[in-house]
Amino acid sequence: MITRLLRAGLTLLLLATFTFFALSISADPALQILGPDAPPDVIAAFRARWQLDQPLLQRYGTYLLGILQLDFGLSYRTGQPAIDLVAQRLPATLALMIPTGLASLLIGVPLGIFSAVKLGTTTDRLIMTASVIGFAVPNFLVGILLMYVFSVWLGWLDPSGITSGLSWIMPMITMVSAEAGVFARFTRSAMAEVLAHPMHDTALSGGLSARLTLRRHSIPNAMIPLLTLVGLFVGSLVGGAVITENVFSWPGIGRLLVESVAARDFAVVQIIVLLIGTTMVVTNLLVDMSYGLIDPRIRDARRGGVPA
Amino acid sequence: MSLTQTRPEETDQDPAGWRARLAGMPVLVRISVVLLLIIVFAAVFAGPLAPHDIADLDLLNRYAPPVFMGGGWSNAFGTDNLGRDMLSLVLRAIQVSLIIATIGTVAGAIVGTSLGFLAAWAGGIVDDVIGILIDFQAAIPFLIMALALLAVLPQADMTLFILIMCIYGWERYARLARSVALFAQNNGYVTAQRVIGAGGFRIYFHHILPNTMAVIVVNMTVNFPATILAETSLNFLGIGIQPPDTSLGVLIGVGRNHLYQAPWMALLPGAVILVTTLSISVVGDWIRDQIDAD
Repeated sequence: MITRLLRAGLTLLLLATFTFFALSISADPALQILGPDAPPDVIAAFRARWQLDQPLLQRYGTYLLGILQLDFGLSYRTGQPAIDLVAQRLPATLALMIPTGLASLLIGVPLGIFSAVKLGTTTDRLIMTASVIGFAVPNFLVGILLMYVFSVWLGWLDPSGITSGLSWIMPMITMVSAEAGVFARFTRSAMAEVLAHPMHDTALSGGLSARLTLRRHSIPNAMIPLLTLVGLFVGSLVGGAVITENVFSWPGIGRLLVESVAARDFAVVQIIVLLIGTTMVVTNLLVDMSYGLIDPRIRDARRGGVPA
Repeated sequence: MSLTQTRPEETDQDPAGWRARLAGMPVLVRISVVLLLIIVFAAVFAGPLAPHDIADLDLLNRYAPPVFMGGGWSNAFGTDNLGRDMLSLVLRAIQVSLIIATIGTVAGAIVGTSLGFLAAWAGGIVDDVIGILIDFQAAIPFLIMALALLAVLPQADMTLFILIMCIYGWERYARLARSVALFAQNNGYVTAQRVIGAGGFRIYFHHILPNTMAVIVVNMTVNFPATILAETSLNFLGIGIQPPDTSLGVLIGVGRNHLYQAPWMALLPGAVILVTTLSISVVGDWIRDQIDAD
């Protein structure tokens, strides 16, 4: 457990170092923002103001200390603290990601279970075809197609921003179509494996109804491998949110990230990359720890008890 | 494994049974193969096939509709917001997207597999460092990493963009190659090689690599469409390939802003991506099934 924590900490330190050096070495923000024709004294003043004239290692130290105090520097574009800009945009992103994540689970997992129970039938094939289409087609393309049908053609929905509760419809369908497909496919294979296990037949032959067997024995066992998917899921949800926010001009951090990359606003890019990386590392850590909570066999094995 | 088994239907002319498997290809897979061949043809001959130069602006002929929406044959796919010929743009975009996906997939496989082998062969601190790098890459979604890298490139040109795409997915190859190599190292045939004095490079190149190939090829069939997805997504965001050059993602990103006046600007390249990704995933599934059957 301690090695895991150390490794997670090391990954985060690497991430902070990577963003710092990648963003500091390769381009000069003074030239990027002021343009190549700016007078030398203006450039010098800009560098002094943003402490770009100090040695790189000293800036790296200041930067790491700053992170520990949640000070991520100021945005070159607006002069506000970068963290404030991100904090303003974060609620919109969460308001999109949380319902999308829940909907993907609630649609994908039952479809996968259903598909596994009906393994090999037309229903199974239809569900699997739909889920392949869902995750093979890029997010932004699903978004554009929805926008064309519902905004341009039918004129029912606003194509951009948050104007009413209806604004959630298209971004959510865009993201759920991809995520639910992955869940359905993964749940199906985990579930099919459990259903083929003799345990399933034993429960049935003991007189337990098919429904109860599924609910008490098969489904709980199929959910354990699903945990592995959670880390990947959070990652693809974040990636999906960045794309989807940009398709629908959603005022979240995904859009802020792309705007900041285009404007070379490094402090903002840095904090968003760190925020996403931290989320991923913490998620993976939690997933690792929860195996033991969910599966008593793993818990006992870790305590040095009866091996699984 | 497949060499030692003999199946009743196999003939001497077709030892691996591939001819029989190709003959038994389902209709959907056949259609997908034909569609992919058309797309590859379009990519290879994009230059000669294109009726116009993609840099030719014709400001008097902006937003001309494609031929199936009442336009003329001189711009069969219509024109964009600058009066450029959409058919020529789409052809060039297919070429760019396929080149990037191919180079990215092959380079990612080579880099990842080499690092995985290096980790397994060297062990110790090298293995630890590569392990940390793998964790690091897996901890941050590629799209975000690519955005951070693209933020620092002064003017993203094609070469730099392709280099970034080469990083995509390396960690999965590295993980697979490392575990296969570790397994093989403790296997009799590698020990036998070592006993007769074969060097590390020879053992890896001649003995472990062939055994890793099936896993790597399976991963490539997953990685290739994912690379197309990642590339088009980045270019859709407008960060990557810069005008006048183009890619399928660039065309859709620009088309999004003209969806009301000229829906074909986004929908035509969109249809190409749809057909490409779906065909690749159908064919990829089929190939994986065939390899798994061995």
